[in-house]
Amino acid sequence: MVTLGERAGRRAGPAGAKRTPSVLLKYVMAVSGAIMLLYLIAHMIGNLKIFFGAESIDKYAHWLRTIGEPALPEETLLWIIRVVLALALVAHIASAVILTRRAHKARPVKYAYRPPVKGSYAARTMRWGGVIVFLFVVYHLLDLTTGTLNPHGVQGEVHANVVADFAPGRWYVTLFYALAVIAVGFHVRHGLWSGLQTFGRSSAATQHTLQAVALVVAVVLVVGFLSVPFAVLTGLVA
Amino acid sequence: MRLNLRIWRQDGPNDKGKLIGYRVDDADEDMSFLELLDVLNEKLILDGDEPVAFDHDCREGICGACSMVINGQPHGPQKATTTCQLHLRHFHDGETITIEPFRAGAFPVVRDLVVDRGAFDRIIASGGYISAPTGAAPDAHAVPVPKPQADRAFTAAACIGCGACVAACPNGSASLFLGAKITHLGELPQGQPERDSRVVRMVQAHDDEGFGGCTNTGECAVACPKEIPLDVISQLNRDYLHATTTRR
Repeated sequence: MVTLGERAGRRAGPAGAKRTPSVLLKYVMAVSGAIMLLYLIAHMIGNLKIFFGAESIDKYAHWLRTIGEPALPEETLLWIIRVVLALALVAHIASAVILTRRAHKARPVKYAYRPPVKGSYAARTMRWGGVIVFLFVVYHLLDLTTGTLNPHGVQGEVHANVVADFAPGRWYVTLFYALAVIAVGFHVRHGLWSGLQTFGRSSAATQHTLQAVALVVAVVLVVGFLSVPFAVLTGLVA
Repeated sequence: MRLNLRIWRQDGPNDKGKLIGYRVDDADEDMSFLELLDVLNEKLILDGDEPVAFDHDCREGICGACSMVINGQPHGPQKATTTCQLHLRHFHDGETITIEPFRAGAFPVVRDLVVDRGAFDRIIASGGYISAPTGAAPDAHAVPVPKPQADRAFTAAACIGCGACVAACPNGSASLFLGAKITHLGELPQGQPERDSRVVRMVQAHDDEGFGGCTNTGECAVACPKEIPLDVISQLNRDYLHATTTRR
C-alpha cells in the first residue's frame, strides 16, 4: 500500500506531537480505576460487618471517623480517602470522554452490517455501563452517606439506615441497587483485565489466568455487595 | 452456485456512497472471493457498467493488499484467511453477502472497496525500522538470538499490514499493527538501540493519524488473517511505559 510521499513529511516525526497519546490516557484510566477498585474491595468487606449485628457495623463506621484521633481531627482519613476517590473519578471520566470522542472520530462511518464477533458483553458495555455506575454512585451518596434520600437517614446509625433502605416495601430501591452492582461487576470484569493489559502485565501465557482473576474479583464483589440488601429483604438482617 | 451480493459503491472520496445489489449466477465453490468479484466485473464491463474497484496483488495471502469487510468481518468469516484465500465453498448457494470497505477515519475510501492505507506507511516511516549500514549480509548466527525470542519476533513479523485490525476495532485503533511492529523489532538484538525512541515516535504517529485508543476488546486479534496475538499490545504498552519513564 504505497501512497507514501504526499502527506509523509507533514505528520511523521517527534516534532509532530499534537495530542496526548491514547496509551498515556489509558494509563490514567488504569491507575484511577485501580484506586477505585481497591476502595470498592475495602467497602465490600466493611459492609459485611452488618452480619455481626447493629453494634458491630455502627462501631466500625464510628471508628472510620476517629482514626488518628486525637493527633488528627475527626474524619481526617475519611476526607483524604474522599478527595483521592474524587480525583480518581474525575481523571477516569475525563480520560474516558476523550478516548470515546477519539474512537467515534476514528470510525466516522459505521458498518451497514457488523455482528458482534469477539468482544465480551462486559467489554462492549464499558462506556454506558460506566455512566450507569456513575449515576448510581450519585444516588448512593445521597442515600447512605448524606442520608438525604434515606427513609431513616440518621448519621451514625448505619444498620438502621440500611434496614430501612432495603425494606421489602421499597423493592424498587433494592432492584436498582442490584442492577447497579451487577453493572459494577461487568465494569470490573473487563476493567481489571484491561488495566493489567494496559500496564503490560499480560502475556500470551498469563492472559487467560488474568482474565479469570478479573472474573473472580468481579463475582466476589457482586456477591459481597448483594448479600446485604438480600439479607435485609429476607429478614436475615433486621 | 448463485450468490446475491450487496456491494458498497462510491464514486470517489467525496461521494456519499451506498450499497448496491448484484446477482452472480455462475459462481463456483472453488473460486476465491476475489475471483467472484472478477467474474462480476467482467459481466459489468460487458454490460457497459463501471466495474467494482477493489485492492488486490499477490493473491496468495502474503502481501496485505486485499481488504474489504465481508458479512461484517474483515477478510470474511474464515479464520486466519485473507480475502484472496477465502473460497466460495464457505458460503452457501443463494446466500446474500454484504461487502463493505474497511471503515476508519484514517483509511479514507478512494473508490468502492479501495481505501487509502497510507497511514500505515507513515507509522512505519516514523520508526518501524532499524538503522543499519548496508553492505554484505552478516553471517548467519553471528548474532545469537534465543529461540523463544526468535519465535515471538517471527510471530509478530507475520503481520502483513493489511489493516484488518483497524477495520475490526470498535475504536478504529491500529494498536495490534503497532504492537506487532514493536514486538517484532523489540525482541531482536538489532532492534535494541532504537527501542525506546521507536515506540514513542510510532505511538505518536499512530495517534496523529487519527486512529483511536485500545480498549482491549480483542476484536483485532480475531480478525487478523495472520493471527497476531493480543499480547503484542501489552508489549507495546510495557515498552511505552519503559521509554517514557526512563528517558532523560
